[in-house]
Amino acid sequence: MLKIDNLHAAVDGKAILNGLNLEVKDGEVHAIMGPNGSGKSTLAQVLAGRDTFQVTGGAVDWDGTDLLALPAEERARAGLFLAFQYPVEIPGVSNAYFLKAAVNAIRRHRGLPEYDAMDFLSRVKAEMKAVGMREEFLYRSVNEGFSGGEKKRNEVLQMALLEPKLAVLDETDSGLDIDALRIVAEGVNRLRSPERSMIVITHYQRLLDYIVPDQVHVLSHGRIVRSGGRELALELEEHGYGWIDAGAKAAPATGATGG
Amino acid sequence: MNAPLSPPSAATRADALGAFLEQDYTAGFETRLETDTVPKGLSEDTIRLISARKGEPDWLLDWRLEAYRRWLTMTPPTWAAVSFPPIDFQDIVYYSAPKSKKDGPKSLDEVDPELLRTFEKLGVPLHERARLAGVAVDAVFDSVSVATTFQKELGEHGIVFCSFSEAVKTHPELVRQYLGTVVPPGDNFYAALNSAVFSDGSFVFIPKGVKCPMELSTYFRINARDTGQFERTLIVAEEGASVSYLEGCTAPMRDENQLHAAVVELIALDDAKIKYSTVQNWYPGDKDGKGGIYNFVTKRGDCRGARSRISWTQVETGSAITWKYPSVILRGDDSVGDFHSVALTNNLQQADTGTKMIHMGRNTRSTILSKGISAGRGSNTFRGMVRVTPRAEGARNYTQCDSLLIGDRCAAHTFPTIEVRHPSARVEHEATTSRIGEDQLFYAMQRGISAEDAVSMIVNGFCREVFKELPMEFAVEAQKLLGVSLEGSVG
Ligand SMILES: Nc1ncnc2c1ncn2[C@@H]1O[C@H](COP(=O)(O)OP(=O)(O)O)[C@@H](O)[C@H]1O
Ligand SMILES: [Mg+2]
Repeated sequence: MLKIDNLHAAVDGKAILNGLNLEVKDGEVHAIMGPNGSGKSTLAQVLAGRDTFQVTGGAVDWDGTDLLALPAEERARAGLFLAFQYPVEIPGVSNAYFLKAAVNAIRRHRGLPEYDAMDFLSRVKAEMKAVGMREEFLYRSVNEGFSGGEKKRNEVLQMALLEPKLAVLDETDSGLDIDALRIVAEGVNRLRSPERSMIVITHYQRLLDYIVPDQVHVLSHGRIVRSGGRELALELEEHGYGWIDAGAKAAPATGATGG
Repeated sequence: MNAPLSPPSAATRADALGAFLEQDYTAGFETRLETDTVPKGLSEDTIRLISARKGEPDWLLDWRLEAYRRWLTMTPPTWAAVSFPPIDFQDIVYYSAPKSKKDGPKSLDEVDPELLRTFEKLGVPLHERARLAGVAVDAVFDSVSVATTFQKELGEHGIVFCSFSEAVKTHPELVRQYLGTVVPPGDNFYAALNSAVFSDGSFVFIPKGVKCPMELSTYFRINARDTGQFERTLIVAEEGASVSYLEGCTAPMRDENQLHAAVVELIALDDAKIKYSTVQNWYPGDKDGKGGIYNFVTKRGDCRGARSRISWTQVETGSAITWKYPSVILRGDDSVGDFHSVALTNNLQQADTGTKMIHMGRNTRSTILSKGISAGRGSNTFRGMVRVTPRAEGARNYTQCDSLLIGDRCAAHTFPTIEVRHPSARVEHEATTSRIGEDQLFYAMQRGISAEDAVSMIVNGFCREVFKELPMEFAVEAQKLLGVSLEGSVG
């Protein structure tokens, strides 16, 4: 289980997360929605351990471990996966080499034998077929010259290969046409299991037609201001984010003074 | 609970990057031996002493003295983007040899076991049982060659591979015919100094039509304190001959700077091919810039014959200062010159390196591929010259020059010079600069890959095109040097 307690984070001295609380139980899928700039990506990156963001308060407990005390790569090896909103290009490093290094780093950590080139190729090719990626993408540099949709599929491919315990998907649906969206959603649904939890960050409710969340949260000014079931997403779609912001300003800012 | 938490990954990442960049210099040990060392300082007497020690013929002594007189009239070059205090040329030892090796070449059994152990420790076993498969080695220790392997086998093909001193004795006519014909004694300040005081080095002669059946290599080791190393290498490939030659270098860690001023001359006659590869790992100095080798080297190849080809491949990771421009004179029609280079500077290392391609023959072609990596406060300069002379109809050059920066205190500079005097020439130049970004490292770490491995991966990817030009064993060595894991890329 993931338990985020009163989390505060800042970048360059500017507060972005202002007392965020969230609990995600094993096997659950939570959707996080919110206007641009509300802190969705910041939450994702703080959970993944990016040190450009400073945690200024609060705690994150993950299955009894202090998540914030772990370096980024150890979080990843322990099963935390982040599908990036903007996947990074690494020129000169082939996707195959990168994926194999990642899979083996995680397998080593789990005490599993490392894949050799043959095992890896057969595994990766099967997963690529599932996300509709051609084999040539193995031999191109990581994300270099990929279209927006290809980058997102590459993220889903990595998620499938790395079999995370907790996956955070940061706007994996943005900029996708409906077919690509369906493939991404299928990728996520295939991974749903009682041991695996997911946080699906999205700007639009349409993704939730394909990935049915257990809970929906609305993030505004670095805090979760509303939580509910699927219907909250539909409500949001109908009224727009202005509706939430109006409500948030009126509501007492509990915990927002902690940082 | 609300006290600012410093994320642990910040420190971890900095340490990991630091560890990658500060891998220990493993070749930094010193061998204790009795030596035959001439006193510090340089004069005509020093040169006569060196020449006498080596039992040289008069013509060679005269050649040295002539070079010395030229050198006296010259001043050190100042155009390179490197800075260092003036060198006191009277404070250097110009000749130092292990004592047991006074009377020229001996069989391996007679070589001091301490020397054999030194080379073994450096990964260059010389004794019969452990010899590197398929590689003949000439081992140069300070001023002299201590052993050359596989001489007999090579001799059966008519190939001469021996120390320079030995060649002067056994093949004086060949040495005399070719010495100084590519890099004349007065070529530049350091070449003139080398010509005056050069001590040893390797000599290779591949006769007409012979393809050398194994890689030839020289391993240079500086050991003695306050000693300069001035080796001279001469490689001649006659018509239709071909050879691949490798060169490796290391030195002990010391607080003083040591001078290495070598000259390498390559001569390729009609249809001959010479491939010359270097992995240069002289001691670079410590992280504050104390100590390290000054590597001031003149390397030049002469494609003297039609359809000949000379390829330089270098991986430069060592030395406090590198000043080096392996070049090719494309004299023969349809001849080809290549320059493939990886130069890494870290801490306070300075590298000013590059090449010259001089197109003189018709339809001559050259390729320049330079990869500069700067980290720490390192400074990396690429200087490339492409000259197409009025005779060189149809000459073509392609230059690609890429720089990779690690961190934000390092520097990379590119100075291309293009002189075209024939309207049919095609000269293309491309250059890129990239930086290993925090976003790239974080992306890799989020996938469970450590920052060191991520840097290695990116650096290795950046250098791939050059590494694939190296003979297999050297490619492995080069990757290790750059801290790259040996695990190959799939596919
Ligand atoms: N590296 C950064 N430097 C400065 N400001 C940042 C940085 N990253 C995010 N921010 C700011 O933090 C706020 C939240 O951004 P973000 O978490 O990306 O929002 P969302 O993902 O919800 O659109 C925005 O005002 C954004 O400009
Ligand atoms: Mg975002």
